[in-house]
Amino acid sequence: MARMRRATAAFALATTVALLAAACSSGDDNEPGTDSTTTSGGGDKDVTITWWHNSNTGDGKTYYDKVAADFEAANPGVTIDVNAMQHEDMVTKLEAAFQAGDAPDVYMERGGGELADHVAAGLTKDISDSAADTIAKLGGSVGGFQVDGKTYALPFSLGVVGFWYNKALFEQAGITDVPTSWDDMYDVIDTLKGAGIEPISVGAGDKWPAAHYWYYFSLRECSEDTLKGAVTSLDFSDPCFVKAGEDLEKLIAAEPFNAGFLTTPAQTGATSASGLLATGKVAIEMQGHWEPGVMQGLTEDGLGLGENTGWFAFPSVDDGEGDPADALGGGDAWAVGANAPDEAVEFAKYLLSDEVQKGFAELDMGLPTNNTASQYVSDPALATLLDVRDKAPYVQLYFDTAFGSAIGGAMNDEIALMFAGQASPQDIVDATQAAADAEK
Amino acid sequence: MIDVADEANAQQGASASAATSTLTVPVAGRTMRSAAGGPGGRRAGGNNTRKGLEIAFFVAPALLLFVFFVVWPIVKAVQFSFYRWKGYGPLVDFVGLKNYVSVLNNDVFTGALQHNLIIVVASIAIQLPLGLLIALLLNRRMRGQGMLRTIIFVPYVLAEVIAGVVWFQLLQPKYGVIDAWLDAVGLHGPEQGFLGDPKYALATVIVVLTWKYLGLAILLFLAGLQGVPDELYEAAQIDGASWWQVQRKITIPLLGPTMRTWAFLSMIGSLQLFDMVWILTKGGPANSTTTMATFLVTEGTKRSNYGIASAASVILFVVALILALLYQRFIMRRDNTVTVIKKKKVAR
Repeated sequence: MARMRRATAAFALATTVALLAAACSSGDDNEPGTDSTTTSGGGDKDVTITWWHNSNTGDGKTYYDKVAADFEAANPGVTIDVNAMQHEDMVTKLEAAFQAGDAPDVYMERGGGELADHVAAGLTKDISDSAADTIAKLGGSVGGFQVDGKTYALPFSLGVVGFWYNKALFEQAGITDVPTSWDDMYDVIDTLKGAGIEPISVGAGDKWPAAHYWYYFSLRECSEDTLKGAVTSLDFSDPCFVKAGEDLEKLIAAEPFNAGFLTTPAQTGATSASGLLATGKVAIEMQGHWEPGVMQGLTEDGLGLGENTGWFAFPSVDDGEGDPADALGGGDAWAVGANAPDEAVEFAKYLLSDEVQKGFAELDMGLPTNNTASQYVSDPALATLLDVRDKAPYVQLYFDTAFGSAIGGAMNDEIALMFAGQASPQDIVDATQAAADAEK
Repeated sequence: MIDVADEANAQQGASASAATSTLTVPVAGRTMRSAAGGPGGRRAGGNNTRKGLEIAFFVAPALLLFVFFVVWPIVKAVQFSFYRWKGYGPLVDFVGLKNYVSVLNNDVFTGALQHNLIIVVASIAIQLPLGLLIALLLNRRMRGQGMLRTIIFVPYVLAEVIAGVVWFQLLQPKYGVIDAWLDAVGLHGPEQGFLGDPKYALATVIVVLTWKYLGLAILLFLAGLQGVPDELYEAAQIDGASWWQVQRKITIPLLGPTMRTWAFLSMIGSLQLFDMVWILTKGGPANSTTTMATFLVTEGTKRSNYGIASAASVILFVVALILALLYQRFIMRRDNTVTVIKKKKVAR
């Protein structure tokens, strides 16, 4: 409650600042409609904040509804219009909203080239000052959501990609230790096949889950400096990128993937890659930190794999230049639309408060970025993952996000072609470089 | 040019209808229109203003909708296609024809164009004979005729998305019904599934499309068959023609206009094909089922290359327009005159 009162105080302060700002400016920068109410009065005026999120099932949805209700109760006059959507739906609708130049007040950003584009188009609010205290608290994890030193979003969940596996199936096949090197991994694949279990599912139909393999091999083969350089200079000439493709080619040749993986969707329906893992049809799937939640939504009992859920990090390769502890990951952050009322910034800050992040962690909705909440992550698999995240010397943002959708899309398409046996390691580099050159 | 041709047509039509009063049902509408339309319009000279206002009044709403939802988007698409544009913000980065060059040099797009053309040809080549055959069968008096017609028409009525999802599930490798059936009879589907293997994916999509759209062909053909006058059949029977001869010499020629119209619709639909492919394969695996529409959606909504997507959409529009005009010019028109002559022969 104390936290909420503090939020109210901050809100009062913010409105005062807004009032002053309104008195000084002509008020042109505010769109007519709901937004204008912010500048015209104090707490007695009604403000509606639209909030889009992707926790559209089960406890997560209930929790977010409660969070919105709590904020409304603590801030009389503020109404939060909560829109819970399935992730892909939300992304599509966000695109449409951006095209119309009308982002929701509080919405999800994923950082990287995407965020930079939105900032360049003036769609996202600079919250460096208005949320300075929260930004200080979140520390380094905000880095991925800054453009030219200014912060545009508050990360609420940062996760790393890794292999989710079914402990029961591993046991059934007689596998006791999770693999740490790719040699081990190939043994695991063979053992699983020997036991008549399909080893790995991959949603290559959606392309990005397949592309993550190449990203991760690049992360193992390339040094941190090479990767950071590639993000800024868009230069992929380092031979480590070709080596990553060769590693992937070798993996595909071992045929570890589920039947029909070329058209398998990532996480929609029981026959999707996540669905196959959740229903015990395959033993392993490489996926982000959101996987347990997705699997819960794909099983009838709402438990996913339940206590059979296990997680291990992407194994190391021989002679790679990358640190084996580096991780591929990314996160979701709450951003505030350029025309949103100031209350929206307050709400975004509230979403990062100790209290909200604690509930977020307790429900295993993601990996909290507020350190005070880390201890509440109850799921053992997620706790393993969180440990890997916190120990990683470097977390590489998903390439398609980091490079933006134009380059990322071309890259993912070519990687998907490799999964179909129609692209060589060099082809992936060439296609990526061509798309990057078109952007320069 | 066109007027002359029209008049010639009208004359032929008129002479045909003079020669055979009952035969020209499909052509009659056209004949009457060109006969009454020409001089009728000129005669109304006295009331010109009023007539003009009347026309404007009745045409305006439709015209407004047309301009707003058809012409305007086309103009915008053409405009976007000259810019490098991410989908938001102002249009500033003018690139001229660069987007067109990159689309036409893109293997995925040329592949998509090929797939579209394959689907156009395959749809007509498969559905025309099959649809005709089933329509002829269903046109005979038999038990359960009404029910059979309904069953055959169900796929077409079913929403595209639902049908797509159902087929996607049926075609799942290992867990799908079709694989299970194949296994039961000792056959084995491709390991990656029919949709997952680049070799079979396009053919599989064509099978699903045939299943989906055959109903429309049959429905249209059945409707066309109702327009064939019974007298002709009676006359043929009296002359001792076999069932097969009757179909070949009477039914099919008189079904000509219906078939040509259907083929035209099918062609345009195949060129613009998007939804079924998107649900079944999203254009994959390995771009083996991309169509021009999936290409432009991928470029636009997935990669935010709206300039390139617009260029692709303009190319799609031009391809469809050219094919449509050629079809109208050569197949619809020439065949019209040919049928008229044939009909005269039949009448004799």
